[in-house]
Amino acid sequence: MALRRFDLEAGGDSFAFRSETEEKIAFWRGKYPADKQRSAVIPLLWLAQKDNNGWLSEPAMREVANRLEMPYIRVYEVATFYTMFRLQPVGKFHVQLCGTTPCQLRGAESLKDVCTKEIGKAMYVTDDKRLSWEEVECLGACVNAPMVQINDDFFEDLTPESLSAILGRLRHGAEVTPGPQIDRVNSAPEGGTTVLTDASLFDGSRTRVALLPNLPKPPEPTPEAAGLPQAGSPTITKREEPASKDIKS
Amino acid sequence: MSDTYKLNIDGVEVEVPKAYTLMQACEEAGAEIPRFCYHERLSVAGNCRMCLVEWEGAPKPLASCAQIVGDLRPNRDGSPPVIRTRGAYVEKARKGVMEFLLINHPLDCPICDQGGECDLQDQAVAYGRSDSRYDENKRAVEDKNMGPLVKTIMTRCIQCTRCVRFVAEVAGVEEIGMISRGESAEITTYLEKSLTSELSGNVIDLCPVGALTSKPYAFNARPWELRKTSSIDVMDAMGAAIRIDAKGDAVMRILPETNEEINEEWLSDKSRFVWDGLARQRLDRPYVRRNGKLHPVTWPEALDAVKAALSVGADQIGVVAGDLIEVEQAKAALDFFRGLGVRNTDCRPAGAQYGTSGVREHYLLNPTLTGVEEADALLLIGANPRVEAAVWNARIRKSWLWGNLKVAVIGEAAELTYPYTHLGTSPEALNGGAVRDFFKGAKRAMIVVGEAAACRSDGAAILAAALSMAQETGAVSDGWAGFGMLHTAAGRVGALDAGFIPAEGGRATKDILGGALKTVVLLGADEADLSQLGPAQVIYVGSHGDAGAARADIVLPCAAYSEITATYVNTEGRVQMTTRAVQPKGEAREGWAIFRALSGVTGKVLAYDTADELRTLLRGRTGQNTAFSGRGYAPGSKGVPALLAAPPPAAGGLGNAPFSRAIADFYLTNPIARASRTMAECSALATSLDTAVAAE
Repeated sequence: MALRRFDLEAGGDSFAFRSETEEKIAFWRGKYPADKQRSAVIPLLWLAQKDNNGWLSEPAMREVANRLEMPYIRVYEVATFYTMFRLQPVGKFHVQLCGTTPCQLRGAESLKDVCTKEIGKAMYVTDDKRLSWEEVECLGACVNAPMVQINDDFFEDLTPESLSAILGRLRHGAEVTPGPQIDRVNSAPEGGTTVLTDASLFDGSRTRVALLPNLPKPPEPTPEAAGLPQAGSPTITKREEPASKDIKS
Repeated sequence: MSDTYKLNIDGVEVEVPKAYTLMQACEEAGAEIPRFCYHERLSVAGNCRMCLVEWEGAPKPLASCAQIVGDLRPNRDGSPPVIRTRGAYVEKARKGVMEFLLINHPLDCPICDQGGECDLQDQAVAYGRSDSRYDENKRAVEDKNMGPLVKTIMTRCIQCTRCVRFVAEVAGVEEIGMISRGESAEITTYLEKSLTSELSGNVIDLCPVGALTSKPYAFNARPWELRKTSSIDVMDAMGAAIRIDAKGDAVMRILPETNEEINEEWLSDKSRFVWDGLARQRLDRPYVRRNGKLHPVTWPEALDAVKAALSVGADQIGVVAGDLIEVEQAKAALDFFRGLGVRNTDCRPAGAQYGTSGVREHYLLNPTLTGVEEADALLLIGANPRVEAAVWNARIRKSWLWGNLKVAVIGEAAELTYPYTHLGTSPEALNGGAVRDFFKGAKRAMIVVGEAAACRSDGAAILAAALSMAQETGAVSDGWAGFGMLHTAAGRVGALDAGFIPAEGGRATKDILGGALKTVVLLGADEADLSQLGPAQVIYVGSHGDAGAARADIVLPCAAYSEITATYVNTEGRVQMTTRAVQPKGEAREGWAIFRALSGVTGKVLAYDTADELRTLLRGRTGQNTAFSGRGYAPGSKGVPALLAAPPPAAGGLGNAPFSRAIADFYLTNPIARASRTMAECSALATSLDTAVAAE
């Protein structure tokens, strides 16, 4: 992990939350008692990042600190701790490319090459300010590896060609469809199911019980076998009944 | 249920309170536990892992600093838990921790200022490997700016976070933090701004490695070359315990020593970094003004000049003692001038109106500095402890943070690092009902009047009103003297105790310096208003070339506080002694000796030939009780009977002008500080912070 520092130049001098965000801020702050408002720092930083084109500028961080009456350094610590708070500008569409083992085994390296070719090096913002990318750790969609996250959506089962196409469409403002980019539903098997395909499994025809002839009758289960205590047997655990003075009214 | 718990530590059975940490218990049992992050005056972090001990039966070693004794289970047979602080198991665990700490720590001890007094160095001797098994590159960290006092070499940092906890908890100014995480974790101030706390120098002492070192002291000396002298600080009226480290003739640095009753183990930045002022602007020989210019002369010539200047008649002579005057000098000067019949003597250069009632308790901080930890309500009248007694402010903050102290302020609404009720800005607020409401329910109330209040024209009325309020609200009761003055000058209480006030019919500072007298003697009084002196002959006795020496016609050089063994009385009335760490500069002499010599010239010889004889006189005969009889303790609640007497009558009522500040610039309060380059730098930085920085 490289050093994480604010891009002070790109951050400018000021930041203001969008007016429609205020409601969300009130929602998050409402979750915490009045003297524990600091607990809302991560949701608020997250909202600030959304309102600041996908990254957290220094004035945005200060705004959060002022609202929660926290020392700047305390918010700074949080913002630099979590890598999902980006301290440098990103493009309108920020690609987070998973490079962890399952995705890597399924071809994430070649996706990285695509990003480098189409966008540039990691965290570089294209001249039209539309695209940037970075490599991240596992995003939890290993079934559909390799995958990327673009802003809030997952794009899964990628090939260099399909990622290149997605980037191309984003660059030109065309619609893209999140989810698996091949013929599969969510994380269902590719090309349809291969097991449990017998229709009779599901039509109810296999529900009858086969009885073998001449089978001896099973004995009636004894209480011990059923896990029940013998009548009148001593219990091994002694339980103290709470006295009335122990019970708080 | 018992509050204590038995433990078997290294075969020794000890019984300790359940709330103890395992580390405290081990120390109780006589074991020494190595540590980096743990500090007894800070919260427990438990992140360095150096204090590992073995608990028999536990799957892993325990960090003893973070383990509460009461949480340990006894053994199955009911015998106390067995803890081992020595042995192969513990040794191996600690060696492992040390190896990890040293992975990224540079091997630059030969060029590191911490070398020789470094916790890591010391503990590596015990737990370090002789070689490294780490082949990769060490991590390097950019150095950070923390201002003119703290030098940072962040590659050396082991992330113990002592500095982070200190500024957040003790100093109360959250400015240092640990950013990023894992291998890139770094300690920094917010965007590398300078620290604004006046206690920031303490992070240097706290840092167990050489990451935070003293910037002014950088590469000056090695700890083993320094001559260490325990002494007393005079930068404020607290009289903090200090250690003066000197090499040859020069003071190289000043460090705090532990005095639980005054400064715990902290020291304000002014006290710690003022030492370069002791080597600059010094008066090292006598001067006499001829044709408008000061010319160096010999002592006999200077004494003759003084004799001539003093031959104007006792009523035409005035003497003003300054903030740093030691008791010996005050006593000798007073004896000398009283011998000449001079009545115009005053040790209150700012014109404060205390000390004339004849009751010592009226100008002491009777509740004592530690008393604030027992108090439950504190009213500050015209006092700003953050700049007037910075270390005490940390104690107030501690009482607010961990105890149930509430604070109210009448005066300037300054940032004090703890919240307070602001009851008003002018003395009139003392009459208001809000003040009475504030004290309602308080069992140990504390009323502290500041220098700014005492120096007003209605100062006497404020003091009387505050005292009668203390009596009314029960702040003064059996065993609790809840009324006190917070002084700003180290020499004031001592000089008042010596009786350095106008004699019957004598003039006070304002009149002495008003231009009516023919000869004015300034004993290091540089803070007084010297603009109205007119044609008066001025004799300046002091250590530094400052405002007083600039105006003087005769300059007599005397030694500074690091160069004398002398008595100071702190704001609580605690008598303490400094110790000579270095020789006086050039021909400078101890203050009392100058007046002893003068008495020889004028013919009315003083009754003592050595400082010891003078001090014996001050202490009084055996059985006789003077202010200077005892040493090292504060009278505290002994003053209750005196405080319960009716307050001295004061002419005039309480004014409505807002309180001003007693100290305009924390870093530049006395001639020594004004001569210090470090203090000038701090002051420039602090004042520039007040004004808006223009956007580029």
